[in-house]
Amino acid sequence: MRSNDSSPFPQRWLPYLLLAPQLVITLVFFVWPTYDALSGAFYQSSPFGLGTHFAGLANFTALFTDPNYLHAFGVTALYAVATTLASMGLGLLLAVLTEGLLRGHTLFRTLFIWPYAVAPAIAGALWMFMFAPQVGPGTRLLIALGIHWNYTLHGHQAMLLVIALTAWQQIAYNFLFFTAGLQGIPASLLEAAALDGSGPIRRFWDVTFPLLAPTTFFLLVMNTLYVFFDTFGVIQIVTQGGPANATTTLVYKLYEDGFQNLNLGSAAAQSIILMTLVGLLTVFQFRYLDRKVHYQ
Amino acid sequence: MNVRKAHAGRIVLLTLVAILVAVPLYIALVAASHSPRDLLGQFPLLPGHQLGHNFASALVKGLPGAPPVWLMLGNSLLMALGIAIGKLVISILSAYAVVYFRFPLRMTAFWLIFMTLMLPVEVRFFPTYQVTAGLHLLNSYGGLILPLIASATATFLFRQFFLTLPRELVDAARIDGAGPLRFFFDTALPLSRTNIAALFVLEFVYGWNQFLWPLLTTTHQRYATIVMGIQGMITASQSFALPQWNLIMATAILALTPPVLVVVLMQRWFIKGLTETEK
Amino acid sequence: MQSFGQKALNRRTVGIVGGLLAFSTLFGAHSAYAADRIQIQFWNAMSGKLGETVQHLADEFNQSQSRYTVKPVFKGTYKQTMLSTIAAFRAHNPPDIVQIFDVGTATMMSAKGAYIPVYELMKKEQIPFSTRQFIPAAASYYSNTRGHLVSLPFNSSTPVIFYNKALFAKAGVQPPKTWAEMGAVGQKLRATGAACGFTTGWPAWVQLEQFSLWNGLHYATHDNGYKAIKGVKLLINEKPYVEHLARLGAWSKSGVFEYGGPENKSRPLFVSGHCAMYMGSSASYAAIKGGAQFPFGIAPMPYDARLSGAPQNTVVGGASLWVMKGLPASHYAGIAAFLKFMMSGKAQAYWASHTGYVPVTLAGFEQLKREGFYQKQPGAMVAIDELSNKPPRAWTMGIRLGYMPQLRQIERNEMEAVFAGHKSAQAALDDAARQGDKLLAQFAASVGQ
Repeated sequence: MRSNDSSPFPQRWLPYLLLAPQLVITLVFFVWPTYDALSGAFYQSSPFGLGTHFAGLANFTALFTDPNYLHAFGVTALYAVATTLASMGLGLLLAVLTEGLLRGHTLFRTLFIWPYAVAPAIAGALWMFMFAPQVGPGTRLLIALGIHWNYTLHGHQAMLLVIALTAWQQIAYNFLFFTAGLQGIPASLLEAAALDGSGPIRRFWDVTFPLLAPTTFFLLVMNTLYVFFDTFGVIQIVTQGGPANATTTLVYKLYEDGFQNLNLGSAAAQSIILMTLVGLLTVFQFRYLDRKVHYQ
Repeated sequence: MNVRKAHAGRIVLLTLVAILVAVPLYIALVAASHSPRDLLGQFPLLPGHQLGHNFASALVKGLPGAPPVWLMLGNSLLMALGIAIGKLVISILSAYAVVYFRFPLRMTAFWLIFMTLMLPVEVRFFPTYQVTAGLHLLNSYGGLILPLIASATATFLFRQFFLTLPRELVDAARIDGAGPLRFFFDTALPLSRTNIAALFVLEFVYGWNQFLWPLLTTTHQRYATIVMGIQGMITASQSFALPQWNLIMATAILALTPPVLVVVLMQRWFIKGLTETEK
Repeated sequence: MQSFGQKALNRRTVGIVGGLLAFSTLFGAHSAYAADRIQIQFWNAMSGKLGETVQHLADEFNQSQSRYTVKPVFKGTYKQTMLSTIAAFRAHNPPDIVQIFDVGTATMMSAKGAYIPVYELMKKEQIPFSTRQFIPAAASYYSNTRGHLVSLPFNSSTPVIFYNKALFAKAGVQPPKTWAEMGAVGQKLRATGAACGFTTGWPAWVQLEQFSLWNGLHYATHDNGYKAIKGVKLLINEKPYVEHLARLGAWSKSGVFEYGGPENKSRPLFVSGHCAMYMGSSASYAAIKGGAQFPFGIAPMPYDARLSGAPQNTVVGGASLWVMKGLPASHYAGIAAFLKFMMSGKAQAYWASHTGYVPVTLAGFEQLKREGFYQKQPGAMVAIDELSNKPPRAWTMGIRLGYMPQLRQIERNEMEAVFAGHKSAQAALDDAARQGDKLLAQFAASVGQ
């Protein structure tokens, strides 16, 4: 962090005034609710707030002995890993293929990035229609191929559907970062490898891929965060967490238990657990940011 | 290996992927151009003639139990603009304060703002909802916008940018007798144009695509946004014997067009914003 | 420290409100009404055509007198309506009347201090009011242990079978009266060209809750939670339930039964002619009528003939109207007058004939009979016959458990695992009962028992 120690401007109160809007919003809508969330987790309170009882760690123990909650962890992990692998793999492939194209670079870029702008909930609606039981065009194709497609009944099909549509959305993000990463690789290194007589595929694995490591690591974290928090709309629209909890992710369960079922203590405890998870991921991410800052 | 052949092969492969990526959109377009009964039989491969009719019907009438689409598009636009502009304004001000002044608790304030990065609204929505309800902001544009405009990333980015501006600029301004506000408006702000554009694209898309927050804070149809409205339409459609997929798909296309256009037309800034903020 | 925005939070809010007042006035929603008539806010979850029907009834009431104006306000889904009510109550600004769905009943009842029981309100306003004015199955669902109604039964439905007459004629079969017949009927239908025998809506409500009542079984201890909150345990993993779910699982394999998702997601399977039967809410009538390209009929739910006492009675699903506490004293006479109007034969007949719900008062039922409604729509009698098949027993008055929406979710998920063939019926219901019991204990703790 570079900073100049003498103050450019002498005003005393002006900076506080400039900071005020952001700080007020942060305190009111962030710090205070967070504090509230933390404290609520140790109480059982009736929905109408007419009685609140200290519950100690009961909300947490209930969660960790609840097979459904542990299952939601597994679902979230599977969802994150599968989506991340699929979208990163495709993103990298597309980045490598468009790299060094003589023409049409911008055109292809446009064709690959537009799904990024589609809201997860809208993407959910598009894919849900394609694969709706009995009537969806995708469903008919699969049935014609002899696959019994009914994602409202088969959990693995529902999971596959949300993974596919989330990966479809995330390709753009990965494609752009890999493209930026590739552009940062010195041409001289690749030329040297070419002179050594290694083919394009060898060159990719020996030179390009290791140099993309920081980008790859960063993308792993970002994709995971995305699946954790931005896919709520997908689940809500397409599967409502079913069938048989196959697609109940942590954030969806929190919404269901807290907002739909009014089990406030449990929702608060789940908030804390999620906060801790995001906190850990953010620390990773921040270290990456920090490194970038030093390079600049 | 023939270089030109390899190049042609690449183009073919990329084109195929691009087509695959576009399939969901094409199917939505086909569905949006037919009648619900057409969609029950063999799925048509080509668009029908009802596209204009379905768009008009969705825009003006909507579905029973869901507000008309034009209203929801308007609300989404207000929310997206409110969030994007709000984030930019408060972030640029706080970054400016942190970089160009020295005052007690300066870094504390900065870190407090930075903490918000840790917790997306999805995690803290419950207590945030309580606060919003307490302030009587449920079912209002304020409730849709305010809780989402604290922005660590934008503050961080502007701070980085201001730190790269040479110190001589400030010194020169002060010799000319310019105060902090004049320096801000005459020098710092114009120089941040590109960053502002880049962040605007990013935050506009973020605001437009919010789903959970509007779903929770608005129960009045007057404030429904298009992305949350889709869910209402799917639900409303179930009260029909034939699900009105043509209208839902027409709505989906209307809902995704503005952010997609913004991203496609402002690609350069979008990519800059995305890769520089690291989201 | 109290959590989640209770009084402490509200006190703190006052300080912050000062700071954000500028924002609130800029962005906040305002509602101001003309003050000549007293405004009565009626929050509800009735969308589309149902909403129009509610509005029509309110208009009629408003024109019938000059002191009060009832304003129906659509608040989204049932769950959102309840959530909004809670948020409004906590912010000391509750609506006057609110429509709360059946599964929210236990939560509402335990929130003493949030509502005024309807029977008390009517007594205070000196309006003749008795549980006997209602059809028993609706009255029992919403009355307290002493038989007094705490909320006013409103939109009420019960599960029935909708069947495709064309496919039935082709197969030469009649709607099955018992679950044992269901297998044979389903096989015949499949053999004569139907893709699937039957599908079901609302799996937990239809195939567990109402299955239990219709067959005279016990759903949970303490008369399904009517007699106590603390110590209530589910009984849904007992033999009749396990056998029933196992049967559904086996039929899901053979095609006699096809699962098409929760709530009414599976209805299109019936309307498109794919499935020959749909088990779902009697209130689906209008939607099915609007889309089915074939003649269809309505038949009662099958029962399990091996169980003594079956068929017993079904109970109502849907919602009831609650009167909130903490309103200006001048409102209550108007609220009572509106509720009295909503019970009247005329209002009930209008409501039932325009929506597909059953009339909840005997006056409404008589009115419809006089109008010849049941000659025109004999299918509409099926729901009433089920509801009034026998006087309810202590354990078939209804099911009154806390966190019931969550409980239904647990049940739905376990049932889906059986339908997909991943789990045995016994294991699924054991798991559901175990998780449900934990939830019920949590609920008891949250209301201080």
